[in-house]
Amino acid sequence: MQITSPGFKENARVALADAGLQKALANARTGFVAKRARAVAALPEFESLREEGREIKNHVLAHLDFYLEAYARAVEASGGVVHWCETAEDARRTVVEICRSVGARTATKGKSMIAEEIGLNAHLEAAGITPVETDLGEYIIQLRREPPSHIIAPAIHLNREDWIEAFRATHRDLPADRAFPERKTLIDEARSVLRARFLAADVGITGANMLIAETGSSVIVTNEGNGDLTQTLPKVHIVIASIEKVVPTLEDACTILRLLARSATGQDFSTYTTFSTGPRREGDRDGPGQYHVILLDNGRSSMLGTGFQDMLRCIRCAACMNHCPVYGAVGGHAYGWVYPGPMGAVLTPALIGVETAGHLPNASTFCGRCESVCPMKIPLPKMMRHWREREFERHLTPSAARFGLGAWAWVAKRPWLWRLATRVGMGVLGRLGRKRGRFGALPLAGGWTGGRDMPAPEGETFQARYARLKRQGLA
Amino acid sequence: MLKARPRVALFVTCLVDLWRPTVGFAALRLLKAAGCTVEVPRGQTCCGQPAYNSGDRADAADIARALIPALEPHDYVVAPSGSCAGMIREHFPALFADDPAWKARAERLGAKTFELVSFLVDVMGMTAVAARYEGTVTYHDSCSGLRELGVKAQPRALLATVEGLKLAEMEDAEVCCGFGGTFCVKYPDISVRMVSDKAERIAATGADTLLAGDMGCLLNMAGRLARLGREVKVRHVAEVLAGVTDEVPPIGAGRGR
Repeated sequence: MQITSPGFKENARVALADAGLQKALANARTGFVAKRARAVAALPEFESLREEGREIKNHVLAHLDFYLEAYARAVEASGGVVHWCETAEDARRTVVEICRSVGARTATKGKSMIAEEIGLNAHLEAAGITPVETDLGEYIIQLRREPPSHIIAPAIHLNREDWIEAFRATHRDLPADRAFPERKTLIDEARSVLRARFLAADVGITGANMLIAETGSSVIVTNEGNGDLTQTLPKVHIVIASIEKVVPTLEDACTILRLLARSATGQDFSTYTTFSTGPRREGDRDGPGQYHVILLDNGRSSMLGTGFQDMLRCIRCAACMNHCPVYGAVGGHAYGWVYPGPMGAVLTPALIGVETAGHLPNASTFCGRCESVCPMKIPLPKMMRHWREREFERHLTPSAARFGLGAWAWVAKRPWLWRLATRVGMGVLGRLGRKRGRFGALPLAGGWTGGRDMPAPEGETFQARYARLKRQGLA
Repeated sequence: MLKARPRVALFVTCLVDLWRPTVGFAALRLLKAAGCTVEVPRGQTCCGQPAYNSGDRADAADIARALIPALEPHDYVVAPSGSCAGMIREHFPALFADDPAWKARAERLGAKTFELVSFLVDVMGMTAVAARYEGTVTYHDSCSGLRELGVKAQPRALLATVEGLKLAEMEDAEVCCGFGGTFCVKYPDISVRMVSDKAERIAATGADTLLAGDMGCLLNMAGRLARLGREVKVRHVAEVLAGVTDEVPPIGAGRGR
């Protein structure tokens, strides 16, 4: 997909002025937050589960090579094939090769952020293979030819009118004057259109929420059951997953599953949780004849051993973006690539470069709400700050900001000068603002006064007043 | 073991120093009422957050190296800000990851640094204030104080003892107001949108007064409320707790002459 992260500011401005988007975001903001809060409140051990989840992932990341190799052996023992792919290009090529080897014309897809990350759909289309998204949200954005705006609710930026419009434009064999009185009508229509696609598909592609080293299984969670149809009906099942998805055992996977749905949608458990282990075995009534796993690195191994390693604990629940006031204001597309919100602000610079994604870790107030809800306790603000440090070191920070900051720091390191400069400056501002108490505009403060007044200072600084009172024996 | 009269260093914070000295004096009054001997160490400027959060660790560390010696001789350091207290408490040690001697000093200082209201309640055991305020207030939980330092119940507990004061909680009191230090001028469109949402929540309570414990958030919210023409008085919580609201008009309100 086209990267628009360098235009984050402009993207944000457009998003803030988009009434339809703002309506959709307002609905989303309240729902996820309240549901998660209820689910967490109902599980007394949630906090200790977070600790357990973090420890599982930290342990895996400290021994990633070991668990990946164990996982690969287990996949092969169950009759599957593991493809180690270092880059997005390797992964795309491998998927197309597998599809071509069985003469595939269509491939159904379960929801996969890795597929988005590697731009798989465009690549499949170019190779003459039609990808069919089967997650309802992914289906609608595929019809609209736009990227997801959220990692678990890809079409969260849309309202029902948008769905109706896209369905009327696409499903032209259905009566043009049909009505959509309720949400269910839309779902039923998608279901009936997709049913034929499921049955016709030659290959089914899914992501993986986890890979289990002990058993060689991949795990997906869905609420629609589309993942099951995607992976059991076609001749070939391809799992695309990044390397940090591996966990040691089934028990570990279950611990993380208990955190995942609660953090994501506020459900105790997703409607469908599906474990896949190898291809169809003798005696199985159905299932794919071939089972392939694309294990993608795409820059992740270079995060190991750095200040960004903790980010690899992420289980893609989206709690961070659901609780982020910046995401809630501008939506996911403004971030300009696959991963939005706080997790995207940390991960995206690691994957596409901080020179391209530099805005993302800066567009945060460090309010810390993301970290406070992260089931894996990832210190997201701290890592955004790490990116800011990299940018500062590499002189990627805008020069005006850098100059202003330097001048401020120079004064702040000289207390006598600080006291003098602030006494004079605040004295002037205090006198000018005394009557009205605030300023509607101030030189060099357009960023502030564009949307809010600047309250006037009292005038005499604390330090000046304190020194004066001390001299007078009053303090 | 709490000393009979602990020696407390007031870290004024730059925004209180420059914009709202009354808050500093309110803090002095409250700390003395709680039984502390308070000093205002000379040589303090700012906690260094603007540099630290802009990725400029070197300047932030320089500022910390200047501040630590000024503050460390005291039993406690108290700031009328969760953000600045959090900077000293949580982040100063992180600035000296490669410098064990400074790191140890930063950790010792951090362990005795507190936000004003939580210090009064949690450390000094204050349960009531002798103040009066006629009005209905709503309280915004500033992010750093809330999430780094656990400031939530303490201001409410003391406000409940202010005579005449009624508290009307707003929805989303824990959601950021959009200030975020330099964020508010780097991304003004998003910041203004966030503070507009906050202003709506404040107005919806019907409260005549907005209180919070951090000047940055207060300036931001006061500025937006004023721009929107909302007649809400905005004050630092210490002004109300210390009973000094007659000494200075609310933030962003004029003296009319």
